[in-house]
Amino acid sequence: MAYSEKVIDHYSNPKNVGTLDKSKTNVGTGLVGAPECGDVMRLQIEVDDASGVITDAKFKTFGCGSAIASSSLATEWLKGKTLDQAVAIDNMELVEELNLPPVKIHCSVLAEDAIKSAINDYRKKNGLEELVFEERIH
Amino acid sequence: MLKLPIYLDNNATTPMDPRVLEAMLPYFTEHFGNAASRNHPFGWQAEEAVDYAREQVAQLIGADPKEIIFTSGATEGDNLGIKGVFEMYASKGNHIITCTTEHKAVLDTCKHIERSGGEVTYLEVQPNGLINLQELEAAIKPTTILISIMYANNEIGVIQPMKEISAIARKHGVLLFTDGTQAVGKIPVDVNKDGIDIMAFTGHKMYGPKGIGALYVRRKNPRVKVTAQMDGGGHERGMRSGTLNVPGIVGLGKAAELCRLEMAEDAARLSKLRDKLEQSLVQLEEAYVNGTPDSRLPHVSNISFKYVEGEGLLMGFNKNIALSSGSACTSASLEPSYVLKALGLGDDLAHSSLRFGLGRFTTEDQIDYTIKAVSETVLKLREMSPLWEMFKEGIDLDSIEWAHH
Repeated sequence: MAYSEKVIDHYSNPKNVGTLDKSKTNVGTGLVGAPECGDVMRLQIEVDDASGVITDAKFKTFGCGSAIASSSLATEWLKGKTLDQAVAIDNMELVEELNLPPVKIHCSVLAEDAIKSAINDYRKKNGLEELVFEERIH
Repeated sequence: MLKLPIYLDNNATTPMDPRVLEAMLPYFTEHFGNAASRNHPFGWQAEEAVDYAREQVAQLIGADPKEIIFTSGATEGDNLGIKGVFEMYASKGNHIITCTTEHKAVLDTCKHIERSGGEVTYLEVQPNGLINLQELEAAIKPTTILISIMYANNEIGVIQPMKEISAIARKHGVLLFTDGTQAVGKIPVDVNKDGIDIMAFTGHKMYGPKGIGALYVRRKNPRVKVTAQMDGGGHERGMRSGTLNVPGIVGLGKAAELCRLEMAEDAARLSKLRDKLEQSLVQLEEAYVNGTPDSRLPHVSNISFKYVEGEGLLMGFNKNIALSSGSACTSASLEPSYVLKALGLGDDLAHSSLRFGLGRFTTEDQIDYTIKAVSETVLKLREMSPLWEMFKEGIDLDSIEWAHH
């Protein structure tokens, strides 16, 4: 199976690899997946409290090229979005943009989960109720 | 000059040696006869070529030519050897002993036997990849008719103690079958010294053609027979019907001869290159060799690079280097390598493994290139691995409640 050019590009030149300061109240962290399953994503967002806009996003991913590309693309999309816009990102948008084959759809689902988990972490830190999402089977 | 791309997946298949192709070519066109045609020169020529190849193959494993049954490959050989014994010796018993790290061609054949009323014991292997001989002996029952233990493992290259295994089999009057696919042609295999009764192997793992293999079936002490799984014209002493694949057989014969003559030299050269590769790569932090180095094929190395995922790792260089990984992502199933898991490795280490299979045409500059490319990619991916960061911060990954999916 050959990788799409976009996956190769994100894998070779990943955007926004790194770590934000977890202890800050305006940083939300999502850690999803499991080492046993072969992929773990950590996605972090930094939010401007006043406007609710995501000012920075970073990721680190243990996984295949498609998992790395999905998280790299997700961080690119998150920057500049409001939390409401970010929560609406659907995994199928990542699939389309990266031309992921069916066996790699779970990578995009994981990235969507990471976004939602980061948003909920931010909400929890700021005394907001956590959003409830439908359980998904990866 | 460095030749790219580099092929280091020789456990999957080997390139055919040009000398083998040369030997085969006339048998596609000029000498196209059916080896079973007894009444004209076309048939005689084909038969002569087959007889010669049978000798070449027999010589490689210390067998008598009459003990060689040509098959389509090792999967057929595994099926014929195991099912053939199960059916032929049904009156003696129905119990077979094998181990969990066998190739699927053996494991799935054993599953079939279980569905057909047989009983199979699957021995666990030790963390070094070898079976425990006491456990083997303890598993033998009055109904045991066959022990099936592979000679060398395809994923980690460990060589099972064949002489000790056959001594146990002999002592209890049980037949010994071995899947010799990875060992034959690479290391000295001698059916008499090793005490093997039946052995499957194939051309394309020893620089011969695909689609041709052989099953060794012992003719004396004891005389072994297997029930044919393919009915027809009674070829191959009635054990494997079907018109003989003469060009393939000629190729297998030539490949066997070259292996016999060049094995010692190839093995010495490749084990040096393998050791160089392995010693360089385990210099990286948290890199572990899988399978015992004390009893291992000279050209194989399986290494886990903790905290990076195998398929992600391959992607860093797979344009230039062909390798396999134990990661689930590289296989059709969603499970990581069952062989590595059988060694007691966690799924995470199984996901992080690469298998290096060197071959006759591997060069030192290719190994140097591979060391550099793999090292660089491991370091790069660790920089973007959350697990590596946690490990570096001293966080126990087992203490985290992961969301399994």
